[in-house]
Amino acid sequence: MTDDIQVWVKVAAFIGGGMAMGFGALGAAIGEGYTAAKANEAIARNPQISGDLFKTMLIGQAIAESASIFALVIAMILLFTDFAAESYVMVSVLLAAGLSMGLGAIGSGVGSGFPAGEACTGIARQPAMNGRLTTNMLIGSAVCQTPAIFALVTSFILLFTNFSDRPVSPTWAAILGAGFASGFGAIGSGLGGGLVAQASCEGIARQPLSATPVTNVMLLGQAVTQTTAIYGLLISFILMFKGFAPSQSIAESMALLGAGLCMGIGAIGPGIGEGFTAQSAVKWISRNQSATASLTRSMLVGQAVAESTGIYALVISLVLIFVI
Amino acid sequence: MAIEGTHIVQAAAFLGAGLSMGLGAIGPGVGEGLAAAKACEAIGKNPMEAGLLTRTMLVGQAVSESTGIYALVIALLLLFVV
Repeated sequence: MTDDIQVWVKVAAFIGGGMAMGFGALGAAIGEGYTAAKANEAIARNPQISGDLFKTMLIGQAIAESASIFALVIAMILLFTDFAAESYVMVSVLLAAGLSMGLGAIGSGVGSGFPAGEACTGIARQPAMNGRLTTNMLIGSAVCQTPAIFALVTSFILLFTNFSDRPVSPTWAAILGAGFASGFGAIGSGLGGGLVAQASCEGIARQPLSATPVTNVMLLGQAVTQTTAIYGLLISFILMFKGFAPSQSIAESMALLGAGLCMGIGAIGPGIGEGFTAQSAVKWISRNQSATASLTRSMLVGQAVAESTGIYALVISLVLIFVI
Repeated sequence: MAIEGTHIVQAAAFLGAGLSMGLGAIGPGVGEGLAAAKACEAIGKNPMEAGLLTRTMLVGQAVSESTGIYALVIALLLLFVV
């Protein structure tokens, strides 16, 4: 019997590692491609500063790459660690660790590419704003990476916590649900945060005098956009650390898996939508600085309404975990 | 582990509830975000009409919210009634 578990744990580790790196490569590749395309456009527009543009492109791409590097680390750990095979729970732990990091890297990878590309365009347009644009790009892309870091934290907790003393059913489903919640939950916020940072880089290049309100509102908009990823992280923590009583019924397991999927998938839409809202608000603050107050107010009201469906998903997840 | 028919039905209802609310939240989330984005654009172009624009935005968002509420209702029905 122990041999059997050993085999399945190895299978899960390899599949998990493949999924971590496969999904994890998707986002960063798209984001960096966008940056390179924008950098080429910028060099065509202003070839005299091609050195500066090349440097900015590389810095921006390096940040977008980090989400993918997290996925590589998790994939390496999954491939080259000998995991103790005491219980079948380990199978779902390894699959969940790979899924969480793989899916979690998609949004941040694509999102971080947007501000980097727009910073290149902006520097070509306003070479004097090089410093301010690079700083703004770095802040915006760093915030974009937070959902990927949430996914990384979940993966590390899964890999380095001993779940073998938990009952196999329903713990396997709770663990898998935790992976889906933080993995899917990171996609929307990563993408949305990138859209906001893109608009702020464009705005600073267009109207350097508006740099301060643009950066401030960018951070505010990104913070609201991150909330759905935080819901995903919250649900995945509850699923990992709440001890579940042993149960022979498959219904119990599916309720926990459903809770993770519900919060994870439910966080995608509001994350992207709130990103669109803040993108537009930041864009128009740079064009019409006198309307900053009313634009910020409308942005927050609009984001709050878009958040509501994410909160419905949170409620249904909590009902599935605690009430059913 | 004995799997009985009623357990499978219940399991499907729970999983279905989670998927209903999860997938159902994507559309309204993106749609309401776009509505608010266009409202911000309009306020940027014409700040004098901020009140009217915010009101219109909220009505439009409420309408697009309705599909999210349908998903919520179906999820609750699957959890507590079916």
